[in-house]
Amino acid sequence: MGGYISSQSVKKIIEINPYMLGTMAGGAADCQFWHRNLGIKCRLHELANKRRISVTGASKLLANILYSYRGMGLSVGTMIAGWDEKGPGLYYVDSEGGRLKGTKFSVGSGSPYAYGVLDSGYKYDLTIDEAAELARRAIYHATFRDGASGGVASVYHVGPNGWTKLSGDDVGELHYSYYPVEPAVVEQEMTEAVVA
Amino acid sequence: MTKEHANWSPYDNNGGTCVAIAGADYCVIAADTRMSTGYSILTRDYSKICKLADKSFMASSGFQADVKALQKVLSSRHLIYQHQHNKQMSCPAMAQLLSNTLYYKRFFPYYAFNVLGGLDSEGKGCVFTYDAVGSYERVGYSAQGSGATLITPFLDNQLKSPSPLLLPAKDAVTPLSEAEAVDLVKTCFASATERDIYTGDSVEIIILNANGVRRESEQLRKD
Repeated sequence: MGGYISSQSVKKIIEINPYMLGTMAGGAADCQFWHRNLGIKCRLHELANKRRISVTGASKLLANILYSYRGMGLSVGTMIAGWDEKGPGLYYVDSEGGRLKGTKFSVGSGSPYAYGVLDSGYKYDLTIDEAAELARRAIYHATFRDGASGGVASVYHVGPNGWTKLSGDDVGELHYSYYPVEPAVVEQEMTEAVVA
Repeated sequence: MTKEHANWSPYDNNGGTCVAIAGADYCVIAADTRMSTGYSILTRDYSKICKLADKSFMASSGFQADVKALQKVLSSRHLIYQHQHNKQMSCPAMAQLLSNTLYYKRFFPYYAFNVLGGLDSEGKGCVFTYDAVGSYERVGYSAQGSGATLITPFLDNQLKSPSPLLLPAKDAVTPLSEAEAVDLVKTCFASATERDIYTGDSVEIIILNANGVRRESEQLRKD
């Protein structure tokens, strides 16, 4: 069953709360459950402290939980993206217990291909539209080369007022805009054989 | 140096296939009634479908002992919910309860491949599909079990359900009528029975709509 595609419509961007998103790579159930659990803990933090939790704090909550299950077989490769008092925040967290702060990440089986596109086009001062287009292209190229990636490429934006979904495109359709077919130069055209 | 492996497995696979299709104002949930172990048939007349709430039916293939335990846990949790809230659980709420129930046994899973079908609070059909440890999503149709790999490509071709991730959002439920959907399900099982040894005998079909519940049964090949 390893090569079977169970679904082309899995939500890999998980809405933890209206101003924080988590991405899914690895075990679907592990990511879904622990992101939902993180959302609960973030809400409890708000109720206990009368203020929103920071992205630093939320990512650390998740990382500490995953570290405590280290070696037990959980498979989680996630990015926590959000907006707090310090501005935008992005952390990479995984089930080995790793937690890294950064400005750009790519996670999953298609990540090397996405990194290629991401690294060559990235600048810190991209506009929102430019950044969304770069992200969309990076995902598309990953789905093109990695057999385990495909389906729909979703793009979200996280701002001071929370997240919004910018686009959701079938990568089969994106192919025709990103990989246009150049009309081939005809070297030798076949003609009907002359019957004597 | 190699680790000693157990001579005994707590799991068995009783085979079988489950399908569910969501429509604009109905939901069809179906499962074959064959229960097997290895190359033997244990019974030709076993129901894999369980009513969890007025508008939620779960069909499960896999290890039927785990399925029975899962059905009992969910039914009792629903009863407690009814005592505490004085109403039936909605289908999306039951869907999340099932997900959490499966994940609580993350390190000794229920060997159950589930499809939950029902009507949401607006009366539209909803189908939720699961893996063994609780990851779930709402879809327009789903098949699980031994015949799933045979049925799903056929449903992809016939139903062409657009992904719920697309923006602008498109409706995932099929535009087919209830009668057409039931006929499609019967066709799915007839085809799967031809090529999957664990699917056959008969198919039990539950149709949920605004008027209530209806049950149909269709004979399948018994070989």
